[in-house]
Amino acid sequence: MVLATLVPLQAVAFGLVALGAPLVVLTRDPLRQALVNGIYGVSLVCLFVVLEAPDPALSMLAVSGIGYPLVILAAVARVRGHERTEEDEEQ
Amino acid sequence: MSRQVRLLLLGSGLLGLGALFAWAIAGLPAFGDYQGPYGFVLNRIVLPLRHTTNVVMGTNFDVRGLDTMGEEFILYASVVGVTLLLRDETRTRLAERRTRRFRDDTVRLVGVAMVGAGLLIGLWLMAFGYITPGGGFQGGVVTAGAIVLLYLVGNHRDYRPFRNEHLLDPFEAVGAGGYVIVGLAALASGTAFLANLFGLGTPGMLRSSGSIAILNWASAIAVTVAMLLLFAEFLETYVVPLEPEDAGS
Repeated sequence: MVLATLVPLQAVAFGLVALGAPLVVLTRDPLRQALVNGIYGVSLVCLFVVLEAPDPALSMLAVSGIGYPLVILAAVARVRGHERTEEDEEQ
Repeated sequence: MSRQVRLLLLGSGLLGLGALFAWAIAGLPAFGDYQGPYGFVLNRIVLPLRHTTNVVMGTNFDVRGLDTMGEEFILYASVVGVTLLLRDETRTRLAERRTRRFRDDTVRLVGVAMVGAGLLIGLWLMAFGYITPGGGFQGGVVTAGAIVLLYLVGNHRDYRPFRNEHLLDPFEAVGAGGYVIVGLAALASGTAFLANLFGLGTPGMLRSSGSIAILNWASAIAVTVAMLLLFAEFLETYVVPLEPEDAGS
């Protein structure tokens, strides 16, 4: 009943999102995760466009493409910096 | 508790949650089945009443303009919070000295081209927000992102004005305060808070939508500057050397 009203393009977009979400969770390295999350964001953008919701698509693009990665990368940089200073102290 | 008991507890919990989820999803309206009524009402009234072809913006800045004002101040408050938490004057100079530049010319060239393209897209999203999809928030984040690219691919001297809070703060005040002032101006002229004050113009043209256009620009400025302030704090606090800097860069 639900699937009957889905256009194939919508089904593909939903499928990509369903595929991408676990990939983000299963990526352990934060730096890679930031990248995978960006790609997952693009798949969500595609889904919103396919569902004829361009405004959320643009918001998603801005948040997942610019805002979120910068915060993650900053945090990763900080954690790595801590690790490095600890290594320096050990040497 | 032994491992077996814990697994049993987890299993029964997951089963219960799964059953509830299945029940909830089974009760959802069919895909694409929208009952309304607000969407239908908005689609009918926003264009004739406000001459705003992008109904989403007409909703954000007019029908629920007060909520959007609250959201703008949530962003403002979070930037103030981040700034207060992370503020450390000594780090500023350190971060600048310790950041490595890209040596690969191709990366830098593509990056510089993306700065220009990003700025254009950001400004376009802002300017036409109430006509086509877009608006102050999206445009503001994209514009701020393009400026941060300058930090990554350009030299830090070019980026410096965009993280100078003494330069940025007045713009943030104009953006966040401008929204409230438009609202108060309507109140002072005898109508309701944030009621439309300006000529509506022709639908689909840049000079249309009355107050919505001005509110859109106010929030665009506020979001751009808020993002820049946020990025500046993050970069200065977190950026650490990737490799020893080369002398003289």
